[in-house]
Amino acid sequence: MAEGLSIRLRQQAPIPLEAELACAPGELLALVGPSGSGKSTLLRCIAGLHAAAEGAIRCDGETWFDAAAAVNRPVQARRIGFVFQSYALFPHLSALDNVAAALGHLPEGERRARAHELLARVHLDGLEARKPAALSGGQQQRIAVARALAREPAVLLLDEPFSAVDQVTRRKLQQELARLRAHLAIPMLLVTHDLDEARMLADRMVILHRGRTLQTGTPDEVMTRPRSASIARLVGLQNLFEGTLVEEGGALRLAWLGHKLDVARSEGQPGERVSWVIPSEGVLLHRRERPSRGEAENPVPGVVQDCVRLGPFTQIRLVPDGGGEPLAFSVPTHVAERNGIIPGAPARVTLLAESIHLMPWEPRPE
Amino acid sequence: MDWSALALSLQLALATTLILLPLAVLIARPLAWRRFRGKSLAEALVALPLVLPPTVLGFYLLVALGDASALGRFYQSLTGRQLVFSFDGLLLASIVFNLPFAVQPVQRAFDAIPREVREAAWCCGMTRWQALWKVELPLAWPGLVAAVVLTFAHTLGEFGVVLMVGGNIANETRTVAIAIYDRVQAFDDRGAALMSATLVAISFASIALINWLGRKADHRG
Repeated sequence: MAEGLSIRLRQQAPIPLEAELACAPGELLALVGPSGSGKSTLLRCIAGLHAAAEGAIRCDGETWFDAAAAVNRPVQARRIGFVFQSYALFPHLSALDNVAAALGHLPEGERRARAHELLARVHLDGLEARKPAALSGGQQQRIAVARALAREPAVLLLDEPFSAVDQVTRRKLQQELARLRAHLAIPMLLVTHDLDEARMLADRMVILHRGRTLQTGTPDEVMTRPRSASIARLVGLQNLFEGTLVEEGGALRLAWLGHKLDVARSEGQPGERVSWVIPSEGVLLHRRERPSRGEAENPVPGVVQDCVRLGPFTQIRLVPDGGGEPLAFSVPTHVAERNGIIPGAPARVTLLAESIHLMPWEPRPE
Repeated sequence: MDWSALALSLQLALATTLILLPLAVLIARPLAWRRFRGKSLAEALVALPLVLPPTVLGFYLLVALGDASALGRFYQSLTGRQLVFSFDGLLLASIVFNLPFAVQPVQRAFDAIPREVREAAWCCGMTRWQALWKVELPLAWPGLVAAVVLTFAHTLGEFGVVLMVGGNIANETRTVAIAIYDRVQAFDDRGAALMSATLVAISFASIALINWLGRKADHRG
């Protein structure tokens, strides 16, 4: 890919890295993984703040890094916009001068006007003269974004840019980023450990674990069709089970705790052990005493283990007949009440065949 | 009152400070930001003049700058004069015994600058040189002020090393501290008192200045 950003990196130390990813111009790619998974190191490699032992980084047809050819452009020659987790503003400079500090490529006379424009773009007009310490966390973050964009970067790197502000400010800043990015025709990389954030903002996401890029895809793909059980665990999917494929009437079905479930897609051989996952949206509660048509699909009876009311929704865990791990799903609270969902009560659910996702069998950790 | 001694002291203090400050920045930056083998050793070496008796330091400086040393011979071939018991020799000695007073506050100041702030400067497209001038030095400002004032005041007050390396030659190596000693030896109590009071006043003013500038820097942030 000549356009956009492409990365292939490997190293053993200081933290292991085995990463491969690409990000097209205008695309926002989220790097998601637990802390210590190498997300920030990857960003630092792109910026030129860290050099991996092997691999290459190319952006817009230019080679920024190539270990084999001993190419390693310095930070200054990479045209990156970097928003640090701590914002890393210059505390001795005003908001305006912080932004102007990244405008070295413009003639001196144009810098102030351009810095004013950039601050206005992030809604900070009127606060140009303030020092960072006299601004709120959200305002500081906006300066950091304006400063990162000032250089007209070839790639925008955002290292957990929303982690240091309160929830309300975070939502606001996230919306602002979503609006801002619509006008940016450069690759954008967002490091986050917040899956919701990645889901909300990113076009695609990369799951990183111990420095390895495990899966890349749209948030929906990764969240509903993880490539492996470990990815399913990493993205916090709850309903992760094991089963066996069986052939019945010419079709493959999934044998699980004595149930035989229809599946919409299956590749594999009868007798093969599989891991499988179903998002909680794929688990539908049957109405009590009023069976309806869709309920013929993969019905599973069980006993309610617990139900937790979370505002308008109630989270239910149902232990299926045959034992094993409970199925987790949520229903509107009024539905839970009308159907007499209380701990110990019997209930039935449908597992939508379309939602059941099969993966190669993988032993449970521990 | 020996005005020439005071003038010499001020001259020595000014020259020491001007030479030592950039040197301190050069030494303190890697000490603050880099990890390398022998770093503790380097730090100990910088701090050594703090704990050594001035006579010990003076003795080694005398050896290092003397006619038998390479440095002493090189200086002699260049100027035709001795390095020891000259102003230049005194200046070199002064730079050495002031090393910890200049390096340590600067090192602490650089230490306090977050790594990401320095990296952000590079990410903004600044060269290392621009980052030093526009970001690092302004942020290390309180440490630089401390280094200047401490070096200046300490040079004015140093006695033992000066006596060992410079002796007591009027207009060449007789600093105000030596002159005070000289006056006391000559039972000129009034002269000694006047010069001592002047030294106290200058030292007090230096410390007051450092505190004031330090507080001013705090308010800027």
